[in-house]
Amino acid sequence: MSEPNNHSTHEDTTTGLNHRKLLMWAFLGSDCMFFASLIATYLVYKGKSVTGPDPIDLFSIPVTSVSTFVLLMSSMSMVLAYAALTKGSLKGFRVWMLSTAIMGMTFLGFQVFEFRDFTVNEVKISCEENSPKYIELESKLSSKQKSDYKKQCADGIEEAHVEFGMTPRTNLFGTTFFVLTGFHGAHVTLGVIWLLSLFFYSFKRGAVSAERHLDVDLAALYWHFVDIVWIVIFTVVYLFGVYEGF
Amino acid sequence: MTSFPLQISRPIHPTGIWNWITTIDHKKIGILYGVSAFILFIIGGIEAMLMRAQLASSNLKIIDPELYNQLFTMHGTTMIFLAIMPMGAAFFNYLIPLQIGARDVAFPRLNAFSYWTFLAGAIILNASWFLGGAPNAGWFGYAPITGKAYNVGHGIDFWIISLQVLGIASLAAAFNFIVTIINMRAPGMTFSRLPVFTWMSFITAILLVLAFPVITVALIELQFDRFYGTNFFITSAGGNPILWQHLFWVFGHPEVYILILPAMGIVSEILPTFSKKPLFGYPVVILSGIIIGFMGWMVWSHHMFTVGLGPVANSVFALTTMAIAIPTGVKIFNWLGTLWKGSLTLNTPMLYAIGFILTFTIGGISGVMHSQAASDAQQQDTYFIVAHIHYVLFGGSLIAILGGIYYWFPKFTGRMYDEKMGKLGFYAFFIAMQITFFPMHFTGLNGMPRRIYTYGSEYGWDFWNLISTIGVLLLAISMVIFIYNIVSSWIGGEKASGDPWDARTLEWSISSPPPEYNFAVIPTIEYRDDWWEKKMLGKTSEEITSDDVHLPQPSYWPFIASLGLLIAGFGIILSIPVAILGASITMIGVYAWSFEPVNDPH
Repeated sequence: MSEPNNHSTHEDTTTGLNHRKLLMWAFLGSDCMFFASLIATYLVYKGKSVTGPDPIDLFSIPVTSVSTFVLLMSSMSMVLAYAALTKGSLKGFRVWMLSTAIMGMTFLGFQVFEFRDFTVNEVKISCEENSPKYIELESKLSSKQKSDYKKQCADGIEEAHVEFGMTPRTNLFGTTFFVLTGFHGAHVTLGVIWLLSLFFYSFKRGAVSAERHLDVDLAALYWHFVDIVWIVIFTVVYLFGVYEGF
Repeated sequence: MTSFPLQISRPIHPTGIWNWITTIDHKKIGILYGVSAFILFIIGGIEAMLMRAQLASSNLKIIDPELYNQLFTMHGTTMIFLAIMPMGAAFFNYLIPLQIGARDVAFPRLNAFSYWTFLAGAIILNASWFLGGAPNAGWFGYAPITGKAYNVGHGIDFWIISLQVLGIASLAAAFNFIVTIINMRAPGMTFSRLPVFTWMSFITAILLVLAFPVITVALIELQFDRFYGTNFFITSAGGNPILWQHLFWVFGHPEVYILILPAMGIVSEILPTFSKKPLFGYPVVILSGIIIGFMGWMVWSHHMFTVGLGPVANSVFALTTMAIAIPTGVKIFNWLGTLWKGSLTLNTPMLYAIGFILTFTIGGISGVMHSQAASDAQQQDTYFIVAHIHYVLFGGSLIAILGGIYYWFPKFTGRMYDEKMGKLGFYAFFIAMQITFFPMHFTGLNGMPRRIYTYGSEYGWDFWNLISTIGVLLLAISMVIFIYNIVSSWIGGEKASGDPWDARTLEWSISSPPPEYNFAVIPTIEYRDDWWEKKMLGKTSEEITSDDVHLPQPSYWPFIASLGLLIAGFGIILSIPVAILGASITMIGVYAWSFEPVNDPH
């Protein structure tokens, strides 16, 4: 038997569910285990980095809250796109679909900005004797960063600018953070490509229609899933990373 | 229908090799899986024979230590991922649609993609022999020995990438079978009437879907450490090699059940047929399978008893490991109950099935011995473990698969095998297996570590090692008999009827080999063992043929998408532009595939 068409709401299958929808749910179950393993790795290594920086040295909760908000709103516009399509409004579908994709791209833009920001991060440390900032960071700085600080201060300036960035190679936090959020970003990227494909495909007569709503339904399921994963990552990585007591 | 620019004319009625490359018929894909996996099984067997030759006596110098490391790594990886799993997949493909009364799987093109991707993974792994040396860190690749600092060649890279590609193949297949079993059952084929083999395949597919992502992540972490200098398993940066062990075995233990559950399903089909009795305690057998699948997630740390996780962790995992022996034991008694007072036909498949019960029980008993954490500390990494794993995988999974090949041979090929030669092959195989693997219990308890390339004569391991090596030679002879029987019968065997065994399940209600569309009319199921019950009640009707069944048409795209993965796999290791080329081919394949209608409109 073949993949059934999605022209009718009732499917000619044992359960009445569409094959492709069932497949999507199985895939999402599998993807849950994928992210669970990455998040578990992150948690196992939380606080185990030999050198800095730590989450508290890099994260800006207000900035990431904005991108999180944008991603959550994209889920809403995804719902509106699907609702418009099932009501037969192709125009509404296109508007909401494009805005969903744009919000997804905005989120990705924030992520690129944030990744770059982390790699070029600098810290200002006063050159006075027993500078509190230096004492705070002493255990996190590498020997190269410490000698850099001392070299700068030897020139008689008041405040040294020490390179304190993070790449995936810097420490365990960098490794686990970039790989976890990077794979989430890759999921979002795939989602954006999928959404844009549907958007452009909708200009072909009859290619996207209320009868063929399942094509959009599947993309929406995936999109919402990626969103939910981000809520977990934002909580576990960002909020728990910055606020004491978690 | 489609505006996709790469639309090329569809392979409507291909012949010869293109027929096989573009086929999306689950039966042909099943045969492709089975034949490829069997060839890889022979390669894995040759690797084992080379190792046994080196170990035949103390202080031999047939193989140098580096090659020996590559041999045991490739033997383990090949047998598990390239032989037993895909042989299981061969049965899933061929039998599940037939057993549930369907005309194909839910996603026929995805099914073709699974097969070709599996083949790509197999090629990538075995190409390592010719591109700088095979992987050499054991089939579970413990960090940090797999790290760049200790393992500079490309061997581990090939291992990582091939397992990732094989993971894609397994996941795609598992999604497909889950949907097929849930959604394509014939009317009346409820879950309480589902044949046991299909039930066990269903549990296996669920385990695959949940377990494979875990090793995918472990492999990604290792790959990033090796390729991009991250710190996951770098101890100087605080990385913890134990994380690899946890991730690997969280996958690895469910994997053990992925290997054995289909075998249990096969045996549960053979025994009732040749006992002329329904399976004893069908619901209990199913429930035990579900419990095994569930509890398989709670025992992974018994592979790590000597790591030093502490007495609490060791005790908990010792208890769960003992507990998982219960549903397994329940199944053994159900099989014995099936045989009890049955009218037994001791032909070749039945002999293999009974052989399975015997050897799998021995393997299960040594398994319970390892569940005692204290005693396991003595057995860890000795030949006792090697004996155990071969009793459950070789004497468990493989023996059932060979029995299954004989049992369904008439259905697969439309011909009968040679019964006399089959029995001879079985006895040779069974005796050779005991001669090969039983002595490993003794060498193991005498302290012989696994994975050493040679040993001194002063340890007193010579005698039993020589016996094992002789056993392997006999095993090779028994496999020659098996292959000769299969090949000669396939070519010139007697024609088989649709139901040569007077069997019970739906696949026997149609001709052998089945027509391309399987069922001219989708059957309505009224009983468990529906075909048998209807035969008893005289309710069977003449099989009708049809030339008016619409089947999904063949397609080039699954093959092309997999070909892209093959190229990308080599590219990631050897050259980034090639990787990009491969990924682009896959993208084109997937896009063209998703815009290609299942059937061209006429």
